[in-house]
Amino acid sequence: MDSRSYPTDQQIWDLAKSQGLDPFAVHCEVVPASVLYEFAAYLIPGRMSHWSYGKAYHAMKTRYDYGLNKLYEMVINADPAYAFLLDSNSDLENTFVRAHVMGHVDFFRHNVHFSQTQRDMLDVVSRHAERVRQYEFEFGKPEVEGLLDAALAIQEHVVPPNPPLTRRERMPAMLRQDPEWSQLWKPETSTRSYEIRPHDRGDRDVLRYIMTFSDQLDDWERDILGMVRDEMLYFWPQMRTKIMNEGWASYWHLRLMRQLHLNDADVVNYARLHASVTAPIPYQLNPYAMGYAIFRDLAERQGDDAIFLARSVDDDVSFIRNYLTESLVADLHLYLYGVDHDQIVVKTRHWEEVRNQLVTSLVHAGIPVIEVEDGDFHRRGELYLIHRHEGIDLDLPYAERTLQHVQTLWGRPVHLETQTGGRHLVLSYDGQTHTKATL
Amino acid sequence: MAGYVPDWTLQRKGSTDQARHQQKIKEALKQQLPDLITEDSIVTANGDRVVRVPIRNLEEYRFRFNPWQADRPAQDQGELKPGDVLGQIPGPTPRGPGQGPGSPGEMPGIDYIEANVSLDDISDLLFEELGLPYLKPKVQSILPQPAFKFRDISKRGLMGNLDKRRSLKENLLRHARQGQPGLGQWNPDDLRFKTWVETTVEDNNAVVIAMRDISGSMGDFKKQTARTFAFWMLRFLRSQYQSVDVVFIVHHTQAREVSQDEFFQLGESGGTKVSSAYELCWDVIQARYPPHRWNIYPMHFSDGDNWSDADNRRTVEYLEAMLPVVNVFGYAEIREGGYTSTLMSAFSKLRHPRFQTVTIGAKQDIYTALKKFFPRTEEG
Repeated sequence: MDSRSYPTDQQIWDLAKSQGLDPFAVHCEVVPASVLYEFAAYLIPGRMSHWSYGKAYHAMKTRYDYGLNKLYEMVINADPAYAFLLDSNSDLENTFVRAHVMGHVDFFRHNVHFSQTQRDMLDVVSRHAERVRQYEFEFGKPEVEGLLDAALAIQEHVVPPNPPLTRRERMPAMLRQDPEWSQLWKPETSTRSYEIRPHDRGDRDVLRYIMTFSDQLDDWERDILGMVRDEMLYFWPQMRTKIMNEGWASYWHLRLMRQLHLNDADVVNYARLHASVTAPIPYQLNPYAMGYAIFRDLAERQGDDAIFLARSVDDDVSFIRNYLTESLVADLHLYLYGVDHDQIVVKTRHWEEVRNQLVTSLVHAGIPVIEVEDGDFHRRGELYLIHRHEGIDLDLPYAERTLQHVQTLWGRPVHLETQTGGRHLVLSYDGQTHTKATL
Repeated sequence: MAGYVPDWTLQRKGSTDQARHQQKIKEALKQQLPDLITEDSIVTANGDRVVRVPIRNLEEYRFRFNPWQADRPAQDQGELKPGDVLGQIPGPTPRGPGQGPGSPGEMPGIDYIEANVSLDDISDLLFEELGLPYLKPKVQSILPQPAFKFRDISKRGLMGNLDKRRSLKENLLRHARQGQPGLGQWNPDDLRFKTWVETTVEDNNAVVIAMRDISGSMGDFKKQTARTFAFWMLRFLRSQYQSVDVVFIVHHTQAREVSQDEFFQLGESGGTKVSSAYELCWDVIQARYPPHRWNIYPMHFSDGDNWSDADNRRTVEYLEAMLPVVNVFGYAEIREGGYTSTLMSAFSKLRHPRFQTVTIGAKQDIYTALKKFFPRTEEG
């Protein structure tokens, strides 16, 4: 190896600033693969334990061990931001990765959808992990695991723009409860549901609704639901800006690398790195390639002001809708594929169809919209959910199993109204049996 | 980075949660054991066969869209044309071995969970549930012999125990990962050491005397069941004893000793005299397997349609003679109907802790039968 020196963390940060980026302070840490892959599986270091993260970790680590894919870095949306780099990266690779990180951190700081995220999430998740551990100790591991299984099944059904709940809102039942007085006129908690459960309509924050109004849950269980919800609210903006965020970082790693004085070999190497990061993935979209191409195109056509504006106000849906042009669809070789008579075939390369379908698939981060219709259905405290059908049916076997988890949390029978093949349908689960009824 | 470098080896949440996931897979498999152990492809394989078992409980269920209803956007290098066929749609409920065409791994959105299960995995799960009751130290096991077993590999160890082959491999792997094929500079992380445990080898032996009714009334299902049962019984005993002898006896009205292949294949016509088999069994024990030196496991498969009540009585007499010297005597009655045979009712009067009877009416009963013959006890 030659002994030329690469820029320090501070120098790259200064360079990013001079080019117009405005990231938080960034703390870089070099870690071994097992640690980086663990962070990636949990999405953030120090998060609570659950077997599903272990499963993700195992899958990622195995792919890495077999050389199938490689993760170069992981960035945490925090102030100051944290970046974890792989210890087996070369100095050039880590310089490249640092430049990439600057793009991410600038995006976290300035994209409006992140404005409500908790920037101290690293501390928050470790406190969560600590509390969950405490609950495991107090109430038993299987109990905590069962609750987490159920909570994680519906974690995506939160309302993103809300700021995270304060502690006071999170545990209404506990605060409301006055042990001495309540017993005088409320002999059993089970009768309570009758009086207080409102007939709210259209609450999309299913997790919060259950957390607040289920009379099945103990305080510690409500607390865990609240933690799962807080964490999901933190990740939600990342889910809806995946293409933009990776595109912005990829656009800037090139722009920043070009400012460095590198020898020819290094230039070839980083160009190769960029090419491998933006290479097409079979049957999928590469968010790096897509976001990079759009930002570059936009910068060429409309200048820096336009890309900085997009970075600040768009999410993937509006970004694609506004800036994915006909020539970009052609340059990126985008196409649609799908099922035709039990076969998977290429459907079209027509740019508007591709763009529209892409936008559709990104709406609500690709997750079905589920709303609470009634928390006192049948006047028996049953929970009635509605899937707001927008053209695509639910995976019914999955929905049934998810409904079981909902029932675990709600305690009484639960119902989900949806459509399949144009017919209205209600799936119900009462704790023992599933039923299906057409409306 | 100057100064403080954290010790990342302390970081192990990922592996702990991974272990919990593996444990959940194991639990799920355990629930499927009654079906798994009768899986023909497992029993007839040489031991290297792997079956894929779908595990429903470990999917992360959530509200999601029907994965194949909407078209999916994707990216290529421009080579695909509208109408090109990419593959077959994978079945929504894959089951057992033999997947349809097309490899689901490449297509996004298909994430059912399957475990690859080998014969050894199933054995491990099954044998955890079995035990050897009434195991007595036999004279032959004079002294436990100490032995060293190298059975683990670790990253730290004595240079003398360096596992050169594995260390070389780690070095190659590490460089390959960094895109430099071939052997490169050594790093302490590459080194692998053998570590050992001290064990004591108990010197003990067992003999299985397998008896099977080959009279006309034993059909295919009965043959298959006897075969599967014997397979697991032998495998279990071989995992417990240093050496296991097996004596195969078949009988109709007369009994004779046969080879293993004959034992599983023979099918003859004629009546049934169970006492002939028990008599031969008793002779074999007395002549070749003195009970003070051998753990003896006689096992009899029949449909219970014995010749006469007189023969049933003779059979019980032989049985009573043998029971004090055997570890467990098993009688498995394989029948598809629901009635009780004369032999079974004769046996049912006999109460002895070492005599176990079981009726096998369906494949899944084999699991129950194994657990009954080899119950796991506190000391077992």
